[in-house]
Amino acid sequence: MNENFNIEIISPEKKLFAEKGKSITIPSFEGEMTILPDHISIITFLRPGVININENKKKYFVEEGTVEFSKNNLTILSSTIIDLDSLSKDVISSMLEDSKKELNQENIDDKKRYIISHKIDCLSQISL
Amino acid sequence: MPSLDDLRKRISSVKSTQKITKAMKMVAAAKLRKAQEMAENGRPYSDKMNVIIQNLSKGINDPLNAPKLLIGSGDDKTHLCVVMTADRGLCGGFNTNIVKQAKNYFNKILKESKNLKIITVGTKGLDQLKREYGKYIVKKIDFKNKKQISFKDASLVGDEIVKLFKNNEFDKCIIFYNKFKNVMTQIPQSQQLIPAKKEDETKTEQESSYDFEPEEDEILEDLLPKNISTQIYKGFLENSASEQGSRMTAMDNATRNAGDLVEKLTINYNRSRQAAITKELIEIISGAESL
Repeated sequence: MNENFNIEIISPEKKLFAEKGKSITIPSFEGEMTILPDHISIITFLRPGVININENKKKYFVEEGTVEFSKNNLTILSSTIIDLDSLSKDVISSMLEDSKKELNQENIDDKKRYIISHKIDCLSQISL
Repeated sequence: MPSLDDLRKRISSVKSTQKITKAMKMVAAAKLRKAQEMAENGRPYSDKMNVIIQNLSKGINDPLNAPKLLIGSGDDKTHLCVVMTADRGLCGGFNTNIVKQAKNYFNKILKESKNLKIITVGTKGLDQLKREYGKYIVKKIDFKNKKQISFKDASLVGDEIVKLFKNNEFDKCIIFYNKFKNVMTQIPQSQQLIPAKKEDETKTEQESSYDFEPEEDEILEDLLPKNISTQIYKGFLENSASEQGSRMTAMDNATRNAGDLVEKLTINYNRSRQAAITKELIEIISGAESL
C-alpha cells in the first residue's frame, strides 16, 4: 500500500504542478471524484470545477481537462486552469457574467448548457 | 574608379546596415531563449496527450464506430494543408523552406488529381503561395498584431479545422512547420493531423486496462479536437523558436558579411587616398623641377 502518488498538472504552456500527494478531488464530468493512492487506472475528463489537492492544500479552478491515472501516476491536462490563489473577486464576477450571458444564448446544446451551468454554480461558490 | 567621397558614403552606409543587423541578431537571440523555453515547456502536454490518445484508441473495440477524427472519413480525395510560416521576413531560409516542402506536397497531390485546400498561417507563406496556388487557399490566418501566440489562438485554428472536417470539406489534414532542432538547424516538417495517425503498435508492454468514465468514444470525442489544437500549438511553438533561431543565424552572417565589406572598402578607400596624395606630390615636384 502506497501512501503517496505522483500528481502532475500540465497546461499547454508549462508544467504547473508536480509533487507527491495523498489525495486529490477532481470535478469529473459525471460527478466529483476523489482519487487516493492505488486507485484503479482511469481516464476521464473534467467539467468546470475546483481541483483540490491534499485536502485544501492547493486548489485550482478548471473549465475542462483530461485526467489519466495509472500506476500511481496522475496526470491532468488542461488548457484552462487557474490557481485559486491568483484569482480575485473581480475576475470571478466578470467570468460569472460572461458565462451567464453565454447561457442565455439560444443556440447552445444540452451538453454545453450543462457545462456552463456547472461553471456558474462553481464560480458562485468560490469564496476567497 | 569611385571617388573618395563615394567610397566614404558607401562605408558609412554599410556600417549602418551592420548596426541594424547586429541589433536584430541581439533581439532574435533574446527572443529565441524565451521561445525555446516555451517550446520545451509545451512538450510534456502534447506528449501526454499522445499517450492518452494511444491508450484510448487501444480500448476501442468497435473500430467502425470510432470517432471520425481518429480513423478518418474513409476517403482520400481532398487534402487540407495548413502551412505555418512567420509573419516577418529577414530570417534566412525559414519561410522558403516550409513553402518548398509544402509545394512539393501540393504538386504530388495535384498530380494524383486529388483536391487541394490550403490554409495559410502567417503572412510570409501567403505571399509566396498566393501567386501559384491562390485559388486553392480557403483561409488566411495571421497573428501579426500578437506578440505571443497563446493556446487560445491555436485552438481558434484547431476549431476551424474541426468545423471544416465535420462539414466533410476534406478527408486528410496535414500541417507544415519547422521543427526546432538547434539554433543552426531547423527541419521543415509535415505532420498528418486527421486522421490521427496510428503509431506503429510495437509498444505492447503496458497492457493495463483502463476504467473509462464516461465511455471511451465520448472521451475521444472530447479529446480529439483538443489534440488537434494541441498539435497546432506545438507547431506554433516550434515554429517561433525556429524563426528566431533562423533569424539569429541569418543576421549573424549578415553582420559578418558587412564587416568584411567594410574592411574591403576601407582598404580601397585608403589606397585611393594614398594614390591621390602621391599624384599631388608628383605634380608639385615636377612643377618645382621645371622651374
